[in-house]
Parts: sequence; structure tokens; C-alpha cells
Amino acid sequence: MNVIFELWGELKAVLLTIVGAIPYIAGYILLILATMFVWSFIKRMLTPKHDYSSLKTVTFGDESSVVSNTAASIISIVLIFVLWGAFTGSKLLPGFMHVPGPFEGEGTFTYTSTLPDGTTDDAQVTVLVHPVGEDVADPVVEAGDGFAKNDSMTIGSYRSALIRVADNDDTTRGDGAVITAIDGKPIVPSENVKIDFGQVSMTPKGTLNVQPSTGWQMEPIWLPSPEAVWKRLGEIATDGYRNSTLAEHLGFSLFRVIVGFILGSIVGIPLGYAMGLSSWFRGWFDPIVEFMRPVPPLALIPLVIIWAGIGEVGKIILLFLAALWIMAIAARSGVSGVRISKVHAAYSLGASKWQIMRYVIIPNSLPEIFTGARVAMGVCWGTVVAAELVAAEKGAGMMIMVASKFQSTDIVLMGIILIGIIGFSIDMLMRWVERIMVPWKGKG
Amino acid sequence: MAGLQIDKLSMRFDLPNGASVQALKDVSIDLKAGELLSVLGPSGCGKTTLLNIVAGFLAPTSGAITLNEKRVYGPGPERGMVFQQGALFEWMSVRENVGFGPRMKGMAEKPKREIVDHLLNVVGLQEFKEKAVYELSGGMQQRVALARCLANEPDVILMDEPLGALDALTREKMQGLVLKLWKETGKTIILITHSVEEALLLGERLIVMAPRPGRIHKEYNLPFAEMGVGQDLREVKKHPDFATTREEILSMIWDMEEEIMGGKSA
Repeated sequence: MNVIFELWGELKAVLLTIVGAIPYIAGYILLILATMFVWSFIKRMLTPKHDYSSLKTVTFGDESSVVSNTAASIISIVLIFVLWGAFTGSKLLPGFMHVPGPFEGEGTFTYTSTLPDGTTDDAQVTVLVHPVGEDVADPVVEAGDGFAKNDSMTIGSYRSALIRVADNDDTTRGDGAVITAIDGKPIVPSENVKIDFGQVSMTPKGTLNVQPSTGWQMEPIWLPSPEAVWKRLGEIATDGYRNSTLAEHLGFSLFRVIVGFILGSIVGIPLGYAMGLSSWFRGWFDPIVEFMRPVPPLALIPLVIIWAGIGEVGKIILLFLAALWIMAIAARSGVSGVRISKVHAAYSLGASKWQIMRYVIIPNSLPEIFTGARVAMGVCWGTVVAAELVAAEKGAGMMIMVASKFQSTDIVLMGIILIGIIGFSIDMLMRWVERIMVPWKGKG
Repeated sequence: MAGLQIDKLSMRFDLPNGASVQALKDVSIDLKAGELLSVLGPSGCGKTTLLNIVAGFLAPTSGAITLNEKRVYGPGPERGMVFQQGALFEWMSVRENVGFGPRMKGMAEKPKREIVDHLLNVVGLQEFKEKAVYELSGGMQQRVALARCLANEPDVILMDEPLGALDALTREKMQGLVLKLWKETGKTIILITHSVEEALLLGERLIVMAPRPGRIHKEYNLPFAEMGVGQDLREVKKHPDFATTREEILSMIWDMEEEIMGGKSA
């Protein structure tokens, strides 16, 4: 029962987050629709086309009239970078496109100190908000008149700081002096008051906490700007990270994937053929393959680490296992998928068993094997990154995991983008090889 | 005795639920070399089973097939087969498909090329020889299948509804081609078809089969194939005997179908 309550609580939290995100999602969808209408309007203005598909009157529900719109793809990608730049104050974007950034520079507010007898005095606090990491001195201010004296402080942007404004006053808390207002607006402990450049809150004990406005921009530690990521890419490419160059990190990941995939194919394809051609082999391996296939390769990581350690051997065993079952099943269904009339025709033309294998069964299974290879490469790439996240000396996954421990978000982002680009390139490459090698795919 | 003897062929197989099916019962056909036989019958009468046994893909429960005085126990190159569709190798070009049989025999490149070129000329596909088979239309693909079968110089050609998937116009042209090839090569041909008209046009002999158990119902010797060799097939169809025979066979098949239906409802 407890579990159900716990899960219900979690579910509520998730739903609340989703509800909170609805306005943003709605805004994004509105933006998509707006650009769509603008684009179709522009297109109608430009060159009215009269090709076959533009003359179709039924487009809604006609699958063949829906093609990926290049303009939409470009706008969508550009928008991601624009939003990224706008929310990080990127130098690549003109200033007016930035969302409001954090307050930086000097700001002031006044506080009112009240003595038990009711006399009050105002004093000014000068706050210098500076970028984190810069060394700045407190601004010099005159003490001013009255019993409350002017103060000054420095705060790094996105940070807040406590200030005991009464410390330099002629009266202290011991005299019963309390702060009763900020910029003329009354304040009591545990409450806050807005000031020109942020807000001031009062702790339960009466100390002021100054929080300069952070604006809408993300702090680099959460989301670095595009140019920072690009710059970091250049640095890591030349200087390396953690004793290895970028090429070494990526190269090791790719090496593991390729070796694991090739070994998996070398064992998996003959295994699949045996299962497709012999009832005994099918019976022998079916339970093993059908059980191992749904086990995510990631679940094997702990066992592989126990058995083979975190070196190359362990990684390659893991990727071998990831590729093996996929390739075996692809080869098996490639063999099973051969039309019996093709085999009969080959026998009637005088082919021997071996010739049927060579000229009918193997070529007939190639399209399935290539499909399997594409899936296997994708799974291997995902698995290698995950395995490196857990433990590795080198590799793309290791690079971003270590970077995240040092809060080098720029390296993490750069690594994720590179991992995505490589994964995408692998898929494109496999598709290209497939087009060259099995042009008859789907034409049987 | 040369030719193809089908002797008291019976085929009976057990179903998983314990019942058994008598697909063929005591089917005997004696085919002389160079004869063209078409086999007609309602679905389920065992036509395709018969052809598969002759081809050697199935072993009969009793009876025997003898070709040129040799018993048939399995598939072999002396019995070529043309399938309805999808039996071409799409990973090979038209030329490679046609040359498949000679290549399996290990024939040298030059004589193989000559055979392939000759046959592609016969079926009218000379200019398509480097194309992939999936680039061809259905009718062209069946012409490739015919040429591939002929390239192997079989004694008997078995055709399992070879024109069944073609449109009416292409089908008519192909019927002419089959007749022409039969006359030119002098091969023994067994043709299985659903179409009464096709069976009449292409059958020098015609066997009508009846279902449950699959057996020979009636046999005809027909003049139309011989007539069709030199003539437009549409002229043959206008022949008064053609129409009467067609009507006779059609009503025969209708009766069988009704019997099956009646048997089911009873």
C-alpha cells in the first residue's frame, strides 16, 4: 500500500510539473503555427506553382502529400539556436534579442531604522553586482548623517548576500533598533520587499538578504552560451581533456563500437543462418536468443564489470552482446523470409544446396541483415556511451560524466552534441552502404 | 518409353487436428514428348499438388513419376518450372537471371552468353538485359522467367499459373508467346490454370480435375493450340467449337463448385 501512496505522490509531482510547462508548450505551438501561416502566405505571394501536388484539393489525410518541409526544418533549427543564444546572452545575437539578463552594476536602496522611542533614521546601502569570478572592492560611500549610517556591499551576479546594515550604525540591536522599512516600504522578519534591482528579504532574526534580480537568462553553469561551447570544443580538440585529446575520446568510443559490432556480426550472422536453416539449431538457440534479446545491454554492465573489469575487454564484450542478438535475429528472419518459390526455382534450375545458399539464401537475407546492422550500430553507440558513463579511462561518455562532476556544463553540452552527430552520421553511413549494397531491398 | 508418365499418383496427408486430406487419388497421365497439357479445375482439386509432385518438391504417398524411363525422386534440371510471380532473383540482372541454370552447371562464359542472348531475343527483352528485374513490368518479368527456364534446356516445362497475375491484355500476348515457344522448342509442357479460356487455347490436351479427392474428371484432345500457332488467338476464340467446349467445361466446374457448397451445408 505504501508503495502506491508513494507512487501517487510522485505522479502528482510529475503532473504538476507538466501543468507548469503547459504555457511554454502552448507558446511554442503557437509559434510553430504562426511561422506556418507566415510561410504559406509568403509562398503564395512569391511564385504560385501549378505542379501536380499543389493542384491536389485533398491534402488532409493524403499521406503522399505530406512531405518534410525544408523551410520548417530550417526555421526550427535556427529557432533552437536563437532561443539558446537569447537565454544565454550570446554575443552571436544582437543585444535586443536577448531576454533580460541579470542585474549588474551599482544599485542602491534605503533602509529605515526605528528605535524603541519611535525615532527613525534612513540610510542608503550601495550594492555592486559583479560577474562571478571578478575581484571587486566594496564601493566607497560616505557615512551620512543621523544614527543610521550608509553601507556598501558586493554580490556576484545570480548570487544573494546577507548584510547586517546596523553593524556600522550608532545604535545596534542591543539598543532595540530594528529595521522597519526598505525604500519606504514596511518590512518584518521573513518577508520581502521589491527594490529597483531585485528584492530584499529579512531573515527571521532581522538580517537583510539582498537578492539582485537574475533576469531570465541562464547562468553559464546551467546553460553556457553557444559560443562558449564552440570555444570549449576548440580548446578540447587541441589541448585534450583528462589526459586525452578529443579525437582520442571519440576514437576510443568508435573503436569499441566497431570492434564489438563486427565481432557480434561474425558470430551472430552465422548463428542466425543456422537457426534459419536447421530446426535443431533453431530449437537449441531460440530460448537463449529470445531470453537475451529483451535484456537491455545496459543491465549487463554490472556483470561485465565484475567479470571483465572496466578495461577495453569488458566494453567490447558488452557491445558484442548488444550486437550479437540483434544480428542473429536479423539473419534468422532474413533466411526465413526467403520465398519458397525462389528456392524451388533454383532447385529446378539445377542448383546444389551450396549454390542455393550462395546465390539465393544469402542475397535474399542481405536486406534484413542491413536493417539489423543499422539497429545494432545504434544500440551499440548508445550502450558504449552508457558504459563509459559508468566507468572508463577514455571515451565520449567518460568525458561528459567527468565534466559534469566539475560542473563544466559546456563540455557536457559539447559532448552530447558530438555524440548526437556521430550517432546520426553512423546511421546515414549505414543507409548509404545499404543503398549501394542491396538496391533490391523492398522490391521482391 | 520416352515422355512423362504419371502413374496412379495418390497424395494423402495428415492435418495437425488428426484429420487427413486426400489431395490426389489415382491420378494417371501419360504424356508424350512434345505434348502440351493444360490442367484445369476448381480450387482445392490438387492441381498445384500434382505439379509439385511432378517437379519433385513433394513425395507422393503412392504412385510414381517417370521421365524418360527414369523415376523422379526430387527436383532436377530436366524439369523446369515457371511460377506465378516472385520467383525471379531480384539481386540479379535480367541477364544473370536467364543465365542462372547454365551458370549452376558450370558452363563457360561464352556459350552461356550465347544462350542468354538468343533467349532474350526470343522473348523480346534484348534491350532490357542489363536491367534489374524489379524494374520490369509483370509481363516482362514472366518473359524473363520463361527464358530462364528455357536456358536450362529442360525436357519438361511445368507452369504453375504463370499468367495468373497479369492483366488481360498482357495475358493474351503472353499466351501467344507460350504457344510460339512450345512450337519452336518442341518441349513437353504442363500448364496449370484457373482460366477456362487459357486452358482451351493453350492445351493440346486438357484435363479437368475434380476435388475431394483430387482426381481426373474429364479429358479432352483439342485442336485450338495447333490452330493458335499460326493465327491470332482472337480468331481462335471465335471458332464455334471453342465456345461450346468452353460452356461445357464451365458448367462442369460450376456443378463441382455447387457440390462442394452443398457438401459443406449438409
